Amino acid sequence: MTGQEQAPKDTRGRGGLPGVLKGLATTARTALRPSHTAEYPDVPPVLPPRSRGVIALLEENCTSCMLCARECPDWCIYIDSHKETVPATTPGGRDRQRNVLDRFAIDFSLCMYCGICIEVCPFDALFWSPQFEYAETDIRDLLHEKERLGDWMATVPPPPALDERAADPAEVTAANRPARGTGLVGGGGATARPPRTVRPRTVTRAADDEPSSEEQPPAEDPS
Amino acid sequence: MTTLDLVLRAAAVLAAFLVLPLVVGQVEHKVMAHMQGRLGPMYAGGFHGWAQLVADGVKFVQKEDITPRAADRRVFRLAPAVALVPYLVALALVPVHPGVAAVDVPGSVVLFLAVTSVGALGTLMAGWSSGNKYSLLGGLRAAAQLVSYELPLVLAVASVALAGGSLSLVVLADRWTPWWLLWQLPGAVVFLVAAVAELQRPPFDMPIADAELVLGAWTEYTGLRFAFFLLAEYAGIVVVSLLFAVLWLGGWHGPAPEALGWLWTLLKGLVVAVGVIWVRVSWPRLREDQLQRLAWLWLVPLAVLQLVLTAVGVVVGW
Repeated sequence: MTGQEQAPKDTRGRGGLPGVLKGLATTARTALRPSHTAEYPDVPPVLPPRSRGVIALLEENCTSCMLCARECPDWCIYIDSHKETVPATTPGGRDRQRNVLDRFAIDFSLCMYCGICIEVCPFDALFWSPQFEYAETDIRDLLHEKERLGDWMATVPPPPALDERAADPAEVTAANRPARGTGLVGGGGATARPPRTVRPRTVTRAADDEPSSEEQPPAEDPS
Repeated sequence: MTTLDLVLRAAAVLAAFLVLPLVVGQVEHKVMAHMQGRLGPMYAGGFHGWAQLVADGVKFVQKEDITPRAADRRVFRLAPAVALVPYLVALALVPVHPGVAAVDVPGSVVLFLAVTSVGALGTLMAGWSSGNKYSLLGGLRAAAQLVSYELPLVLAVASVALAGGSLSLVVLADRWTPWWLLWQLPGAVVFLVAAVAELQRPPFDMPIADAELVLGAWTEYTGLRFAFFLLAEYAGIVVVSLLFAVLWLGGWHGPAPEALGWLWTLLKGLVVAVGVIWVRVSWPRLREDQLQRLAWLWLVPLAVLQLVLTAVGVVVGW
């Protein structure tokens, strides 16, 4: 067995010819194939749709909750906000307060593209964009404010289609779930009404008569 | 030969000396790139980077010409010229067209071999004079290489000279017949291997060995002098390829009108040059002792055998 293995090894190593010719053949074959070079500045690269180029901000969705800034491992997100009082819309109603975003900035010289801020954002205000051409000649110019971050929203691709047999998206399952409390407290009245938002818990609470003090009720539905 | 004729011939050789190495260099850029799955230069000059080497030349001219303090000044500054000029002389000897060589001397084969061996002296001088251990190692390796390739090279060429019964390149190319392709085949192989070793090209680039010796004898050179070494390397490829085309591939002989003979010579030379490049891309670098072993155990005996074969052929009258 060992002698049989030894023999072919010897002819290849000592003779040298087959390996030498194989090398020539390999390079010749490569030369005849199309090259792998991506002519980048002339031809834009084909990137995977979910590639992490830059983080875009959808300002309307941001509630200045600061979750992203606090979860950011290298503290590269800067958020300034103030509270504004929204006067009551109905007589006798309660004034409400809301956060107004003054400044939202990401320092891309610090960002390590971990995507945690996008993961933790509860209101889908942050998105990955495949856009990557925002190099600067000065590192300090990489601190981008919310206007620039908002411009990148146009480059965010639509979410990928679900697989053929995938389960329904979480929002759809939640919306189709029978309303809580059916047959227990309030009778069957709530089942007929389709939930209006993707947050069924708030909807069912709002359907109840008592206003809940600890949760945020829908602003335009003071029933 | 009038003075005007002389000037014209000198100008033609100089022009060929400045253009052909650049052509080979550009071919190397592109062929090597595609063999490695790349595109090579694409921008300089617009069309597929044709002017890349011109741009490189302009860059080299702009660089500062530095002579290290520890260097042997005069030898150091002279070395690039010693490496470069022999190939210019050799190029003048190569016949490109029936009966046309810039300098047609009776013993051009001998002169050619003598002159091309001087080229290695430039590497030796540069290695010794740089005052740098890597350069010194490169120079020593060049010297060690010298003893392995010179003999088989001369023997292989001598075989062709014997077969053609002349020491003139013009006459030899004239007497070439397709039968030589087979008859002189062992000598051709020996010549190619030895010539690549003389050119210090991969797989025999131990004196240069950029990865281990930082370009060996060229380490300390900058600017135009460094460019001269590079030019010498590519001029060497041109000269050796043309010599091979003339002696073994029949120079201007080809299925075309006589007037296109020069084109045949250049095309055959280009094919040989592409072969030299191909080998560079495909094979790893040998050690110096492996080259010695190859030269003395294979090339020299093979060349002697070829010489015997040629002698028999000449006597029998093949």
